[in-house]
Amino acid sequence: MAAADWEIVGFTFGMAALATLLIFPFGVLLAWLLARKAWRGKSLVETLVALPLVMPPVATGLILLKLMGRKGPLGSFFHEWLNLDLVFTWRAVAVAMAVMSFPLLVRGSRIAFEAINPRLEQVAATLGASPARIFLTITLPLAFRGIIAGSVLAFARALGEFGATILVAGNIPGKTTTLSVSIYSHIQIGHDTEAFRLLLVSVILAFGAVWFSERLFKKGHPLG
Amino acid sequence: MRRIRNRIPGKVKKTLLITFLGFATSLLAARASDLQVFAAASLTDVMNEVAAAYAATDSIKLQFNFAGSNALARQIQEGAPADVFISADEAKMDVLQKAGLLLDETRYKLLSNTLVIVVENSSALVLNSAKSLEQPAIKRIALADTKGVPAGVYAKKYLEKTGVWESVKARVVPTENVRAALAVVESGDADAGIVYKTDAAISKAVKIAYEIPAEAGPNISYPVAIVKASANTEAAQKFLTFLKSEPALAIFKKSGFLIHK
Repeated sequence: MAAADWEIVGFTFGMAALATLLIFPFGVLLAWLLARKAWRGKSLVETLVALPLVMPPVATGLILLKLMGRKGPLGSFFHEWLNLDLVFTWRAVAVAMAVMSFPLLVRGSRIAFEAINPRLEQVAATLGASPARIFLTITLPLAFRGIIAGSVLAFARALGEFGATILVAGNIPGKTTTLSVSIYSHIQIGHDTEAFRLLLVSVILAFGAVWFSERLFKKGHPLG
Repeated sequence: MRRIRNRIPGKVKKTLLITFLGFATSLLAARASDLQVFAAASLTDVMNEVAAAYAATDSIKLQFNFAGSNALARQIQEGAPADVFISADEAKMDVLQKAGLLLDETRYKLLSNTLVIVVENSSALVLNSAKSLEQPAIKRIALADTKGVPAGVYAKKYLEKTGVWESVKARVVPTENVRAALAVVESGDADAGIVYKTDAAISKAVKIAYEIPAEAGPNISYPVAIVKASANTEAAQKFLTFLKSEPALAIFKKSGFLIHK
């Protein structure tokens, strides 16, 4: 592989990792709220969170583009107050990946929380543990495997993000070109060999991520 | 991992299959009688007008596929069901001709165009040469992808010829096709863009900041040809003849295209 290819792989990997880190605290918290608490508007939030999973990625991208463009509510704020551009920069890449993979993190973590026997938490409460302590010492460790599996899936989804990314971040060589965008543009201009090289890389990455995540899911929860 | 058991009863499956097959064949049937025209994105509006005029002369319906010419050439190479191809540059047509995918003796030069530098309507930028793209206020320049899309290839050629490519290339935002470059300038996400004059004319959100003189710009040519694999060559031939006719040329001229002599 050429140096430019490695650069693209590295960039995509880094952006996907950043996106996963960004959504991690929010995703885990939301998953816990969805799994353990009853609140007003829960089903609405549930549905909204799942949307990027089922909506056409390009449609999600269009919403993001309108929000983050220089004339959009978010984009104009950043442009005027911080002199920062969002669209067609690496920031847009990270945001697109984050939004698209958020549902996977929430789903994975939620299943993990739901699989925990609530009695374990109740017992801790009767022994005088505070809710925060219960969450940190009982709930989180028991759900940990599932949360990590969900994060890995989210990360893998972020690695392959295309539809939203191409709209909000474009295809600027060395700045916003990700693995999947690069495969697409190689095909568009007839560079099949280069496309196949990157295809191979993405197959290996996806295989590794799913395999790892499946193994974590399968092992289950010792105290579940 | 547990195996997912097949819970769909046979009867339902059969009905689903029949519905799907029926749907698929009806789609295919609808396609076969229409003339599939693959045309450069910059022709989108004008070709729809031409199609309306053509409908008055022939019962065959035109079906368009608009995209960057490179993407279209690529699709035809992979066996897409095109009857007619109108490219925005000779290079993409050459690729197909070399691969033996065009019907002999059908290729000719249909149109020409010129390039303009556009800015968003409210922009205060003043541009009077390629050199003025170097001003620091211009952070981003939208171009169709200079690696393959004709409008981008032309724009790069112009910028190279005028000696500013090296200094502005880091600001280039490459797009899928020329219309996408126009859209990025319209939305204000790029400070300037280079598109065809005919694209600038259809947009209400951008203004022409600088018209690149025809002699300073690259030689722009839109060739047309019939695809060899077409099962509709007679209808395609008729359409090609229509494209050369006075009524069609009048529509092209009205939209700002130049006619190849």
